[in-house]
Amino acid sequence: MGAGGPAGVGVAPGAAEGSAAGAGSGAGAGSGAGAADRPGGRGAGPRSRALDGLRGYGLIAMMWIRATMTYRTSFALMLVGNMAITGLDFVAIYLMFRHVDVLGGFTLPEIALLYGLCSTSFGLTDLLMGNTDRLGARVRDGSLDTMLVRPVPVLAQVAADRFALRRLGRVVQGLAVLVWALSVLDVAWTPGRVLLVPMTVLAGTAIFSAVMVAGAAFQFVAGDAAEVQNSFTYGGNTMLQYPPTIFAKDLLRAVTFVLPLAFVNWVPALYLLGRPDPLGLPGWAAYAGPLVGFAVFVPASLAWRAGVRSYRSTGS
Amino acid sequence: MDGTGDAAGDVTGGMEGDMTEDVAGDMASDRGFGETGRAHTGRGGTGRGGTGRAGTGGGGKALIEVDGVRKVFEVRRRTGLMRREKREVRAVDGISFTVPRGEMVGYIGPNGAGKSTTIKMLTGILTPSAGRLRIAGIDPARQRTRLAHRIGVVFGQRTTLWWDLPLKDSYGLMRRMYRIPEDRFRRNLRRCVDELDLGDLLDVPVRQLSLGQRMRGDIAAALLHDPDVLYLDEPTIGLDVVSKVKVRRFLRELNAELGTTVLLTTHDLQDIEQLCERVMVIDHGRLMYDGPLAGLHSVGESERTLVVDLEREHPPIELPGTRTVKVEGPRQWLAFPATASAAPLVAEVARRYPLVDLSVREPDIEDVIARMYAGR
Repeated sequence: MGAGGPAGVGVAPGAAEGSAAGAGSGAGAGSGAGAADRPGGRGAGPRSRALDGLRGYGLIAMMWIRATMTYRTSFALMLVGNMAITGLDFVAIYLMFRHVDVLGGFTLPEIALLYGLCSTSFGLTDLLMGNTDRLGARVRDGSLDTMLVRPVPVLAQVAADRFALRRLGRVVQGLAVLVWALSVLDVAWTPGRVLLVPMTVLAGTAIFSAVMVAGAAFQFVAGDAAEVQNSFTYGGNTMLQYPPTIFAKDLLRAVTFVLPLAFVNWVPALYLLGRPDPLGLPGWAAYAGPLVGFAVFVPASLAWRAGVRSYRSTGS
Repeated sequence: MDGTGDAAGDVTGGMEGDMTEDVAGDMASDRGFGETGRAHTGRGGTGRGGTGRAGTGGGGKALIEVDGVRKVFEVRRRTGLMRREKREVRAVDGISFTVPRGEMVGYIGPNGAGKSTTIKMLTGILTPSAGRLRIAGIDPARQRTRLAHRIGVVFGQRTTLWWDLPLKDSYGLMRRMYRIPEDRFRRNLRRCVDELDLGDLLDVPVRQLSLGQRMRGDIAAALLHDPDVLYLDEPTIGLDVVSKVKVRRFLRELNAELGTTVLLTTHDLQDIEQLCERVMVIDHGRLMYDGPLAGLHSVGESERTLVVDLEREHPPIELPGTRTVKVEGPRQWLAFPATASAAPLVAEVARRYPLVDLSVREPDIEDVIARMYAGR
């Protein structure tokens, strides 16, 4: 897929570690091979492009992590701060439940499951792809030009530039809530249902990432559209923290069939909780997350490509 | 990272001592070069290209091929509350040229002529609206990442380095991005550090560098992966004299030793005079001139000036094909077409008038180009 792909997004942290190890050993086999295929030019298939993108992403992200780690205390504070701020969303929900026992028919642990799933997915997306919302600024100040002349797919560069490890804070608090919810809830566990949890987190990351990429692609056309992008990503995340039963049917249809955010947590969580889907989706739909993630990445990466091709650069 | 550090360490040691001398020497020789360059040009010769550089081209097939390339921007303007007017701006309007391997080409034109747009199409940043582009057989817009391994780009106006990182970290990252083998990287970095005097700057974050330092850092970054083509967009903009000299000398050597093809846009005609055997002039998106620097004179209908010192004051000299521009005591200034030979004119003056001394002044390239734009 154009760049990264749904699988790619999930794999990226691993790739970063891999290349870090390679970097330490200096001119290892990796750079040797690179030299060998350089003169003849490299195959430009979608697969090798994706791998190039992942490798480039890893290189840039590692560099930023190293740069951050030179000020460890400051990093630790930022991480905790990020965790606390993003965790406030759950605190708000918790406080609400001091006054009510159920919200839209859902108990606190049930809502915690929704919250944990979408918050972890969104946290991973924010960590891995969050910097794409600066694309409009890059177009305006012309710094995208310099990325376009480097041998790494632009999307990987845009996403990895200024990689901020402190955003792990959101992931950590999301995971904490998720773990708490799973430990309290009474789910009839089967191997399939156990597998569904990590699968849903990854699929959710892919779906959110696709929305991020599409939003970034839109910024090629409308330079200051970062807020539009944010309303779908951050806004979508906030919506998903609440049970689907409190929203209008039309909105549910839109976020199931048009922009399938429902697959980030609603559809699989309802299945785990043994609740009927408000739109009457069958039980197997809970497992469709990865497919949905893949499906939304196709138009997102096409939009991105179209965006790059229509790029007009700045005057100078 | 460690690689960079080591190379830097090795390099800084030796450089300090002889640096000042070096630059001073170069400035002198550079001036010399400029003079001879002009003299050659005046006689309608090929300039320095004929004496030294022609061999590097090797007569190979074109490295850069540009055929009928256009770039049209659609500009939307709001004319009323709801109405919008669409207008087409042809930034580049049907340009064709080829550049063989090893050539240094100057690309000049007034602001907004389409220079940067051309460079951006050649580097794959912009997709052309029409026409065909190939760099070493690669279509820039379609195979951008593949092309990136073959080209180096320096934008005078903005840096390709990472703003918050020390120079050497940027280079280390480049090494891995471009998959440059360790030994080659060390060799290239050392060369750049030596020639561009970067030794002291390697640990400095890019944002703290002065414009001249940053430019030198950028040039080094563009060359670490041994590109076939180097694009320089205003490489000497805002540099002081010493830095300019350093950069020009470095580029000349690079071209002579490695045969790197160089395409540079500039407003500084000294860059062109000292570096390029070939110059392309663009205006309003069209190529107005493509040829040796000397040929600009004939196109621009420029004039040379014969300055004659006579024995005594004399009424203005009247000779066919010349006009007397100025008379000041026994000294007179005669303008004649730059394309004409000075020899018969000198002979004629010597025969008819009491000649004591004479000199020939070459036309100023800047004037020539200004006239080209004006005469369009």
